[in-house]
Amino acid sequence: MKQRTLVVVSAGLSQPSSTRLLADQLAAAAVTAAAERGIELHVRTIELRDLAHDITNHLLTGFPPGALKDALDAVAGADGLIAVSPIFTASYSGLFKSFFDVVDKDALVDKPVLIAATAGTARHSLALEHALRPLFGYLRAVVVPTSVFAASDDWGADSSDGFLQTRIVRGATELATEIDRREPATVADPFALTVSFEDLLK
Amino acid sequence: MQFGIFSVSDITTDPTTGHTPSEAERIKNIVTIAKHAEEVGLDVFALGEHHNEPFFSSSPTTTLAYIAAQTDKLLLSTATTLITTNDPVKIAEDYAMLQHLSDGRVDLMMGRGNTGPVYPWFGKDIRAGIPLAIENYSLLHKLWREHVVDWQGKYRTPLQSFTSTPRPLDEVPPFVWHGSIRSPEIAEQAAFYGDGFFANHIFWPASHTQRMIELYRQRFAHYGHGDPDQAIVGLGGQVFMRKNSQDAVKEFRPYFDNAPVYGHGPSMEDFTRETPLTVGSPQQVIDRTLGFRDYVGDYQRQLFLMDHAGLPLKTVLEQLDILGEEVVPVLRKEFAALKPAHVPDAPTHASLLAKKQAKEEVSA
Repeated sequence: MKQRTLVVVSAGLSQPSSTRLLADQLAAAAVTAAAERGIELHVRTIELRDLAHDITNHLLTGFPPGALKDALDAVAGADGLIAVSPIFTASYSGLFKSFFDVVDKDALVDKPVLIAATAGTARHSLALEHALRPLFGYLRAVVVPTSVFAASDDWGADSSDGFLQTRIVRGATELATEIDRREPATVADPFALTVSFEDLLK
Repeated sequence: MQFGIFSVSDITTDPTTGHTPSEAERIKNIVTIAKHAEEVGLDVFALGEHHNEPFFSSSPTTTLAYIAAQTDKLLLSTATTLITTNDPVKIAEDYAMLQHLSDGRVDLMMGRGNTGPVYPWFGKDIRAGIPLAIENYSLLHKLWREHVVDWQGKYRTPLQSFTSTPRPLDEVPPFVWHGSIRSPEIAEQAAFYGDGFFANHIFWPASHTQRMIELYRQRFAHYGHGDPDQAIVGLGGQVFMRKNSQDAVKEFRPYFDNAPVYGHGPSMEDFTRETPLTVGSPQQVIDRTLGFRDYVGDYQRQLFLMDHAGLPLKTVLEQLDILGEEVVPVLRKEFAALKPAHVPDAPTHASLLAKKQAKEEVSA
């Protein structure tokens, strides 16, 4: 089996959070869909809550403290990414945005990404399309067509129609397909010289 | 090995008293600090260059010349000279002048400057920082080495039959260090010319500095200037000391917590762990500083940041006393004992002049 890595970024704040719940379901569906394509997907989940102070410190000092550096390296090196945010005040949470503000601007280029969000009501669902999708578009990631939104209703009795589950599987399958068609991710060395000094002098 | 201090010239309110020094007070204080650096036996005083508040040092050669007139041995340097927004012609003239007045006690550290708004004030664009640093330095290098210069570039009006005056003292250009936190192109530039490389070191994790120095050393050898361990490396450091480390921590914390660069961010303990900042006893500073050698190799210059974040003059002078009396003598001895004979010292005017004369004798 091919070995690939999946990083799941969850910006939920409570523990447990419905954001993390959705993230876990998406990850599990991606592992299944990948296995069907002969890929063993190694999943690492990053809870941004644990890194909240480090993210702020990075914004202030310009460098990531150890645990955040580790998370950023994991994102840069991942073959696929699932990014899940709660919707706050009509958009992704500030913590979610701050994390992606400190991700290197080239780290997600051509990386398959599945976006997902949670909120209290379904009225927030288009935040995925007007906020998360352009953010990853700017970072030149390959965002799969299906985005997955879960409102409180989807976790309750009304969810028996399986609509959320259908979207989870569809999004995860699209992600697995994109991972499958790519070579493993490579990470550029920030200290490597990319032009010769003679060319710079010209 | 050379030891010294570098100042960024910030005018910052003392968070413990609310006192903000006037420009006049802070400028006079920096002269006192530089003179005291010589008195306590340090080798180098380096001054920053800024063109925005809350900094005073827009005219470093004026300040350094005034200090040169009141000192005998202190080597005067910069931290850094803005190679992007300054006209290289003016740098060539100003620092050659300083060289004559100070009898050769001058070297420079080139830096790009990372304050966005400053660039347009000088007709430049921060996005061209690297190309500006490359082109401007290549002209500066030429102006100090060729009597009559014809030159054309992208960022400055062309020169025809131009001679920069005064000529460098004894026709020996000041030694140049290139400073950079994270741009491999600048390490490459330092290596290309066989110049020194200075890692700021104090705001970033050690692993980062290690990679930059490693790259510089490899490329220094690639360009045929010597073995990697013969490249000329300088490091920044940041310390606050008291006899008892608890006293140092207690006294420095309000300055750390409110410092312009990292204040209101990580805790002092986090920052101490993640960067070379050392707040503690003189012995702790000695141990930490000796440890720098483990990841950059034998190096030639260690500068400490001492006067910043609103620390009062009295405290800064006390810090210099501790540095000069208790720390540097031990570091000198320990580093010297570890350094192999083939690793050179940092070039000085005297050593560069001797080298030039030896070369001329051979060719004659």
